[in-house]
Formats: sequence, structure tokens, C-alpha cells
Amino acid sequence: MRETLLVARRELATYLNTTWGWVILAMVLLIDGLLFNAFALTEAPRYSADVLEDFFFFSSGTTMIAGVLLSMRLIAEERQSGTLVLLETAPVTEAQIILGKFLGAFGFLAVITLATVYMPILIEVNGKIGWEQIATGYLGLLGLGASAVAIGTFGSALARNQLSAAVIGAVMLVMMLLGWLLARITESPISDVLAYGALFDRHFQPFMRGRVNTESIVFYTTVVFAFLMMATHVLQSRRQA
Amino acid sequence: MIEVQSLSRFYGTHRAVDDVTFSVGENTVVGFLGLNGAGKTTTLKVIAGLLTPSAGSVRIDGVDMTSASVDFRKRIGFLPETPPLYTEMTVTDFLMHVGQLRGMTRDQVNERLPDVISRCQLEGQEQRVIAELSHGFRKRVGIAQAIIHRPKLVILDEPISGLDPVQIVEMRKVVQNLATESTVLVSSHILGEISQTCNRILVLVDGRLVADGSEAELAARFNTGHALLLTLTGSEDAVKAFFEGRDDVATWSVDRVEAGRVRARVDLKTDTREAMVADLVKAGLGLRHLEDAQDELEEIFMDLTRGGKA
Repeated sequence: MRETLLVARRELATYLNTTWGWVILAMVLLIDGLLFNAFALTEAPRYSADVLEDFFFFSSGTTMIAGVLLSMRLIAEERQSGTLVLLETAPVTEAQIILGKFLGAFGFLAVITLATVYMPILIEVNGKIGWEQIATGYLGLLGLGASAVAIGTFGSALARNQLSAAVIGAVMLVMMLLGWLLARITESPISDVLAYGALFDRHFQPFMRGRVNTESIVFYTTVVFAFLMMATHVLQSRRQA
Repeated sequence: MIEVQSLSRFYGTHRAVDDVTFSVGENTVVGFLGLNGAGKTTTLKVIAGLLTPSAGSVRIDGVDMTSASVDFRKRIGFLPETPPLYTEMTVTDFLMHVGQLRGMTRDQVNERLPDVISRCQLEGQEQRVIAELSHGFRKRVGIAQAIIHRPKLVILDEPISGLDPVQIVEMRKVVQNLATESTVLVSSHILGEISQTCNRILVLVDGRLVADGSEAELAARFNTGHALLLTLTGSEDAVKAFFEGRDDVATWSVDRVEAGRVRARVDLKTDTREAMVADLVKAGLGLRHLEDAQDELEEIFMDLTRGGKA
């Protein structure tokens, strides 16, 4: 665990000490703020719960994009610059490397996500929503974000450079988002599997409405575990290449 | 201490390393010599644990790289040709991070740092950001990361590539200094470097280990020729007559004649240069200059890579 935390600490420090991390933070806050102002805060009277639901809907998109952009560099950048050798020759397992990288990127994404909390607070102050509803929405955002970072980490492990990593990560993410569309044009049991595998439609929407969905927590945990396992396998296979 | 047994490594169907076996004791600097593509880097990468062997084994103090890979890697320090550095960090922060990654505590790294800084001649650079350092200093930081955890084996792949002559001399001292606490494997295709830095030389050709020993041992074993370059005063005809009449001369040629001086190359069958010089003087041919036509190591290397005496 010590080695994992060392890797995670370095990743977190890299985001905090480089322009890239701050650019992503600024972009997420800017886009979330603009969308919140333009679409959630309309002049027509609305229920606070609906405004909050809209906020989490917008935030889910920026969180997933930020997850892919943060994770694209995790392995691909080290491979490009030749520093992956440092980790591969250290007495650290591939699983520890991948988990540490994931935790570093997810930790920074969590900071970005939680930095948007002033918007739900504004709704709470001026309207009528419960703190539990806010907390539940953020739990869903973190689950979705963790999945995006894990998918991006796998893309980064596969790619030779950061751009390819971002493309691979984004393609996989979009495929997992569009599962519900495919589910509509296929028949059971394939449609059931596709609907269950969709990242957003079935699993995130309950969180937006303030409902903690255990099935979705298990789903996000499984997605994170599966993609990190695959990324670990990719790193291990490099030694056999 | 380090035992490499029947090591082979394939890339697809291409055999990059072919049944290499050797062992090395402590505090030795061993040079891997070979042409580009001979398998030096692949062999070092396998020993460093970056690649798994297709066949054979590598052990350090009995710890096998395949069955105890994490334990094995604790005993290794590796510097690839391009130093792996987090350039946004300062030298001290980087070494602290690498030390901790290799199982040391902060206190242990702090205790170790002055020695590593001194060994790698990095005094005064400790708080500088790595991105601001020259190529030579970056190489030294690369060595520092390889030795921070006191590994049993330090592997340096082409440590002098890209360095200027002053930096090469300094790097040579750094490498020799490492042998006081570790065994060092150095790869290079520069003969002079291997000759001056290493106690023992391993020559790889097409992935096979074709020679193993000190420079003197290799010279004796492969019975290198004794090629000399001579500058003599006298006529060209007198010089030709002198060499034609000698039994100890295998081949000879006149390279240049100018201003009463003849420059010739002579390959002796055995090292009879003293007798030949005495005879030259007796024959009235003034000896103005005499030198070895080739370094011994270069001659051995050329023979081995041509496959002539392997």
C-alpha cells in the first residue's frame, strides 16, 4: 500500500504543479458555471430538485471528459518520456503502479468535482433541497468520474502517446454511454446486458434524483476494477513483448 | 553473486539473445561490448527485470528474477541510455521519491543522499530543477537514482553517449567509483571506454556471448597479431629489402614515402619488435617513429565481430 500511495502522491503533485491540472480545473468550473447559469437558472419558476437534477446532468458530462483528459497522461506520458522504466525496475507490482496512478488522477478529479459544490449550495440557500440529495448526486458524480478515470487509465496503458490515449479512452467511454441506445434496438437478453452496461442512463440518473442505488455503486466499482485489471495486464504484458 | 544461466530472449521469431551464460562476483566493472544490434541492450533489460527471459535464468545472491521478481528488483539499479527523470522535480526531491519507491524510508534516503551526491559529483546541484541541468548532470542524476538504494548490481546502458570529452572523463571516474559498493554492468560500443573502465569484458555478437575475460586475457586467448606503424629514414628499396628478408614478418606494406622518410606497416607473426628494431639500426635504417597500428581490444573486437576467431 505504501508504494501505491507514493505513486498516487506523485501523480497528485504533478497535477497541482503543472499547468495541465489547473487548466482542466478551470475549464470544468467555467463550463459547469455557464451551463448552470444558462439552463438551470431560468426565469420560469422551477422546483429546486429539478434545478439540482439539471446541475448534476451537466456536471456528469464535464466530469467524464475531465476524467479522460486527466488519465490520458498516466502511463502514456511516462512511456513517451522514458520514465516508465523507473517504475518497472522498482520493487513495485504492476497492480500497485496502476492503482497508484488511478488514485492520483481520481483524487484530483474529486477535488475538481467538489469545487463545484457552491452551485448546489446556492440552490439550497435560495430554494428547498436536502443536503442528502446534494451528497447523493456527488456520490454518483464520483462513481461516474472514477469509471471515466479507470477507462482512461486503460486507454493510457494501451497507447504510445497521450493523444492516442485520449482518443482510445474517449471512444471506450462513448461506447459505454451509448449502451442504452443499442439496448432499444436489440432484444432480450442482449438488450438487458447493454442496458445494464450503460454508464449513464440506468446507473447515474437515480443519483441525480437523490436516490442512492446500491446496484449502481456495485456497477461503478466493477467498471473501475475491470478496467484497472486490464490496464495492469497491459503493463505486465510489456515485459513479455 | 550474479548468475546468468542459458539466457535467451526472442522478439517474435527473432532471437535477440542466444543462450548467454556468465557469472560475476562483487565489486567488478563488467563491460558489454558489441556492435549495434548485437543484443547488449536486450541482455541488460532482461537482467534489469524490464523484460522476461524466453529461456534461462538470472539470479542475484540466489534470488531468481522470475520467481521473486519484486525481491530481485530491490537488488538492481538501472540507467538506460536516456536517463529516466521527472524533470519538473529538484534533484533532491527526485532522489527522495525514487528512494522511497525502492523501499527506503525518508530518514534512510536523507542519510544516504550526501554519499550519493558525492559519488555522482552532483555537489551544488541538489536544489536545482532537473529540467535546468545540462546533459552531463542529467546523466549523473540518472546514475544517482540507480544507486540510491545501494543495489547489489548497477546496470548502465551506454552511460557516456552524448557526453563531451570532459564529461566522459568525469563519468569514467563516477562509474569506477560505483564498484566500491556494487557490481557494475556497462554496455557500450565504444571500445576505448570499455577498455578504460572495465575489469572484465563480455563480447556479444548476434546475441551470442563470444568472448569473456579481461583485455589481457582476451588478447592472449585470441592471439592478436602485432601490427606496427614505422617511420624510417632511408630509401624505399632498402626498406623493402629489409622486410622481404625477415621470417618473423607476416605481411608488410609501404604506406608513404616523402622527404627521405618511409612510412610502413608491418604485421609480425610474434611480438619480435625489439629484435626487429635492433636489426633496423644495424641495417642503417633510422627509426624515427614506432607505434601499434591498432589497439589490442579493437583488433580482438574486429576479429570477433567478423567471426574470424570466435
